[in-house]
Amino acid sequence: MSAPLPPNPAKELNVAITPELIKSHGFQPDEYDLIKDILGREPTMTELGVFSVMWSEHCSYKNSRLLLRGFPMEKKDPNALGKVLVRAGEENAGVIDIGDNWAICFKIESHNHPSAVEPFEGAATGVGGIIRDIFTMGARPALLTNSLRFGDIRTSAQSRRLLRGVVAGISHYGNCIGIPNVGGDIYFDKSYEGNPLVNALCLGTLRHDQIKRGAATGIGNPVYYVGAATGRDGLGGAAFASKELSETSSEDRPAVQKGDPFMEKLLLEACLELMEVPGLVVGIQDMGAAGLTCSTAETASRGSSGIQIELDLVPQRETGMNSYEIMLSESQERMLVIVTKGREKEIEDIFAKWDLHAVQIGEVVEGDEMIVTHHGVPVVKIPAKRLADDAPLCMQEAKEPATIAQMRDWKPESLQPADEALLQKALPALLNHPTIAQKRWIWQQYDHMVIAGTVLSPGSDAGVARLRLGDKEKYVAIANDCNNSYCKADPYKGAAIAVIECLQNLACSGARALGLTDNLNFGNPYKPESFYYLKEAIKGLAEACTFYDIPVTGGNVSLYNESPELAIDPTPTVSIAGLIEKPEHVTTQWAGRGQSLVLLGDWPNELGQSMYLQELHDLKTGAVPAFEFGKIQKLIDLTLELITQGKVKAAHDISEGGLLSSVAEMLFGHNETIGATLDLSQAPASIRKDALLYGEGPGRIIVATTDADAVLSAARAKGVPAAKIGETSAQGSELKISGTALSWDAAALRKGWEDAIPSLMNA
Amino acid sequence: MDMHVAVIQFPGSNCDQDAYHAFASVLKTPAKLVWHKDKTLGDARAVIVPGGFSFGDYLRCGAIARFSPAMQAVKEFAANGGKVMGICNGFQILCESGLLPGALIRNNCLEFRCQEQWLKVEDSTAHFNKETLGQRVNIPIAHGEGNYRIDEAGLAELEKNKQILFRYEENPNGSLCDIAGIRNKAGNVFGMMPHPERAVEPFHPSQHGVALLKAFLAE
Amino acid sequence: MNIRVFVNYKKNVLDPQGEAVGRAMQSLNFPAHPHVRVGKTIEFTVDGQDTPEFRKTLDKLCNDLLSNPVIEDYRYEISQ
Repeated sequence: MSAPLPPNPAKELNVAITPELIKSHGFQPDEYDLIKDILGREPTMTELGVFSVMWSEHCSYKNSRLLLRGFPMEKKDPNALGKVLVRAGEENAGVIDIGDNWAICFKIESHNHPSAVEPFEGAATGVGGIIRDIFTMGARPALLTNSLRFGDIRTSAQSRRLLRGVVAGISHYGNCIGIPNVGGDIYFDKSYEGNPLVNALCLGTLRHDQIKRGAATGIGNPVYYVGAATGRDGLGGAAFASKELSETSSEDRPAVQKGDPFMEKLLLEACLELMEVPGLVVGIQDMGAAGLTCSTAETASRGSSGIQIELDLVPQRETGMNSYEIMLSESQERMLVIVTKGREKEIEDIFAKWDLHAVQIGEVVEGDEMIVTHHGVPVVKIPAKRLADDAPLCMQEAKEPATIAQMRDWKPESLQPADEALLQKALPALLNHPTIAQKRWIWQQYDHMVIAGTVLSPGSDAGVARLRLGDKEKYVAIANDCNNSYCKADPYKGAAIAVIECLQNLACSGARALGLTDNLNFGNPYKPESFYYLKEAIKGLAEACTFYDIPVTGGNVSLYNESPELAIDPTPTVSIAGLIEKPEHVTTQWAGRGQSLVLLGDWPNELGQSMYLQELHDLKTGAVPAFEFGKIQKLIDLTLELITQGKVKAAHDISEGGLLSSVAEMLFGHNETIGATLDLSQAPASIRKDALLYGEGPGRIIVATTDADAVLSAARAKGVPAAKIGETSAQGSELKISGTALSWDAAALRKGWEDAIPSLMNA
Repeated sequence: MDMHVAVIQFPGSNCDQDAYHAFASVLKTPAKLVWHKDKTLGDARAVIVPGGFSFGDYLRCGAIARFSPAMQAVKEFAANGGKVMGICNGFQILCESGLLPGALIRNNCLEFRCQEQWLKVEDSTAHFNKETLGQRVNIPIAHGEGNYRIDEAGLAELEKNKQILFRYEENPNGSLCDIAGIRNKAGNVFGMMPHPERAVEPFHPSQHGVALLKAFLAE
Repeated sequence: MNIRVFVNYKKNVLDPQGEAVGRAMQSLNFPAHPHVRVGKTIEFTVDGQDTPEFRKTLDKLCNDLLSNPVIEDYRYEISQ
C-alpha cells in the first residue's frame, strides 16, 4: 500500500469516499477497484473527480474504443495523396498530407447535451472547442462546418427555440473569431425532439514542419497556463456530457460553460505566433473537456514523463476555489503549453503582446506521476499513463431491435400505386419539408465569406474553399452527411451510405476524397438495442472507409443522447475532406439553359425509408436502399473524369426527395430559375412511378451537359448505366414530364422551398 | 521604401489579412499590417481600418478600438489629408472616433447577415461615381450592426455635400435612407459596411471590389 | 464609491432590440406600450470622494467611452 496523501487544505474535500460518491462519479464497483489498484490506496476526493472525468465516455471512449479498432487509420496506397501524418487518437486531431509540404488538420466534435440545456452557449462553446483542437496542432483554422439535428420545427415550438439558439450561438462564435462556416447538413426529425445534435467541424492548414504534439518532455521544462482565468464553469461538465438528459437538466444549468470568442481569437493568434518560434514550444494541449486534468494527464502520458503543478499559480476568476473545483473546471479558452527551459521570457513576451495570461504553473518532472499541489500540499498523485490510458474498455451486450426486421419486411406492394394527383402534389410537399428546403435562413447568419477564400457557399453539395498556402493555392472541399432514418432501419447500411453520400457530394463538386472524421451520436450503450446500433454503424463506416481507402483521422463519440421519452435515431455523422485539383474543376448543382440532363447510375426503384413515404404516406419504414461499393466507385470515378474533361456543367446526386427533387434543385439557379422537360420513357415499365420519381438511394448522379453523347459514351466505357432524362428549357420555368400531365412552375416550387424555413422561424 | 497601404490590426480584427491580400496580391500594391499599439503608420499612402470584432465588439462596436495608439496616428494622418477607409467594423470605428458622422446600431432583423449585396452607386467624388464604378456594384455584407443612424441635420448635410457613396438596393439592416457607405466632408475619409476585399478574386461573387479599392487609392 | 452608469439610446434613435421585446410583451398580453428601450448598466467601484471634480472626470468617461453621444444618453448613480 502507498501512504495516503496529507489532508486537503480545503476541509470540505476531506470526506470518506462512500459507495454513493463512487456511483455519483459514474464508476462501477470494479472500476473503483482498478483505481485503488493503480494508486495502491484509496483516492482522495480530488483524485476521484480526476478519474471520473478521465474515464468518462467523452475522454476515454470506454464503450466504443474496442469497436473503433476496425477503422482504417492509414491510406492503403502509399503513393496516393493524403498520407496520414498524425493518426486518429494520437493527438487532438488528425493531420493529412495535401502535397507540397502542406497538410490539413480537421476534426468534428459534438456539443449535444450542453446545447439541449442552453442552446446559444452550448453551440458557441462547441465551436470554440473544436477550433482549439485544430490550432493546438499548429494549424491555422481555415473553415468550419456543422451537422445539426432537431425535432420537427413545423410542429414543435421547443425545436424552433433550440434551432434559433444553436444557430445564433454558432454564428456568434464563428463570426467573431473570423473563420468562415462554409457548409453543413441538417435534418429535422421528431426523434431529436428535446435532444438536438450539434456537431461542429473545423479544418485548418499547416506545413509538415509545423505539426505540434501534446507531449510533456524534457525534465525541468516549465509548464505554462495561457488564456482565460479559471472559474467554476461547467463543473463536472465532462461527466455531465455523458449522462442521459433527465428532468433535472434545467437545474444543471450552471454546468454549461460560457464562451468568449474574442479571448479565443487572441489565444489563437498568440499560440500560432508562439509556435512559429523555432524550438520554443515542446508540447501544447487544449484544456478541453476536463480542463486542467485532461491536459496535464495526457501531456505527461504522451511524453512518458511526470508533471507537477501548483494550483495557487493557476489564474482564478473566483475566490475560494478548492482543488476539486479547479481541476474539474471547464472554463473555456485556456491552453497548457510546455516550453524549453530558459526561454520563459519569449513566451511571456508574446502573450503580453496579446494582453493574455501566460503563467508558469509547474514543470516536467522525473518519474511517471501527475502531481498536483494546492497551497503546497499534494492533493493528486497519480501515475499519468495509467490515468490517461488504462480506462476500462467495455464491450456491452448488443441486441438487434425488433423494429429493424419489421421495417426490412415492409413491402412497397402494400401501398396503392400513386395516381397523378398524388405525384403532382408530392414534389412541392417534399421541397417544403424543412430537411429538403433551402437552409439560407441558417447560413445567412454565419459569416461564410471571411478569409475571402470561399468558393462554394453553404447550400452546395459540398463547401469549397481556396486555401492560401505560402505562395501556393489549393482548393479543399468538405461534405457532411448522415440520414438518420436509414441508420435507424439498418445501422450498418445507413452508416455506409453516409460515407457514400459524402463521396458523391464531393465528386459532384469536383473533389477527390482524402480523409474522414466522424461523430458517433447514439443512445445509452448499456441498453443492448442502443449498443447494437453503435456496433453495426461503426462496422458500416469501417467497411466503407476500407473499401474506398479513406482513412479515419479522428472524431468524437457522444452517447446517452436520450430524452425521457426516447433515444435519438442513431446518427453517425460523417464528414469527408477532399481536394479539387484545379479551380476550373469546381462544379455546382446549377444547370444552365438548353442543357441535357443525364442520369448516371441505375434508375431509382425503391421507396424504403424515403422522405416521400414519410411525408405523403406518414410511413417511416421499409428496407434501406441496396448498394454495391464497387458500382459506386465507378460512378464517382466517372463523374470526376467528366468534370475534369470539362464535359459537365453541373452535377447533383439523388438523395432526400428523390430524382424530381434533385432535378428541381438543379433548376433553382444562382441568377434565375429555369425549366426542364423530362423524358423518363426509357425507364423500365416495371418501376412504380412513385419509386421512380421520389425513391431515394445511393449510386445516382444527375449531370447537366451540352454534349450528352460524350457523357453517355464515357459512361458506357466505364460500365456505368446512364440515360438521358431530359433537357433544360431555353426559356420559361416550367418543369414537366413528357407523356404525363405532370407539370410544375419551377419558380413557384422555388418560392415554397425558399420560404419554408423562414416562414416557420419568423412567425 | 515604397509608399504602402497601411492596414491597422486590432485584437479581434479578422478581415485584416483579407484587406492586405486584396491590395498586395490582387491590386499588386505594397501593403503593410500595422499593430494597434504602434504609434506611427510609417510611410503610408493610405490607411485601411479593416473589419472584424475589434476588442470583441464589447461595450459598442468600435468603442474601445478608437483609443488605440494607432488610431491616434490615423486621426493625425486624416487631419493632414491622408486617405482612410473603414470597412465594416472599421466603418464603426471611424464613426466612434468622430472621423465620420453618424453611428451604426443593431440590424433591424436582430440577426447577423452575410450575403451578396447589390448597391446603388452615388455620384460622390471624382472617383466614387457611376462613371468609374458603374450604376450598381455587387459587394458582400457580413455584419450584425450595420444599421446607419444620423440625426436629421446630419442627414441633410450628407445629402447636400454628396457624402453618400452607396445605398443598398434591398435594405438588409434597416439603415437610414438605405445608406451603405459615406465619406467625410473633406473627401478623404471613407466608410462602408460592405466588404470590397471580398469581391476581388475570380471565384468571389463579383470583382467589383477591384475598381472600388482603386477608386479609393486614385489621386 | 460604487458607481452605476446607465446607458440608453436617445429617445429619437430606433432601438430594434427594444421594438422586438415590446412585440414579445404584447404577444404575452402584457399591457406595455410597444416602445421598449433596452439599455445597459455598467457597474464599478472607485476610491475617493464624490466631488464636483470627480463628477467632471466621470462625465468625460461616460462621453468618451461608456456611451456614444451621437446615439446614446447616460445617467449615473453614486453610492458609498
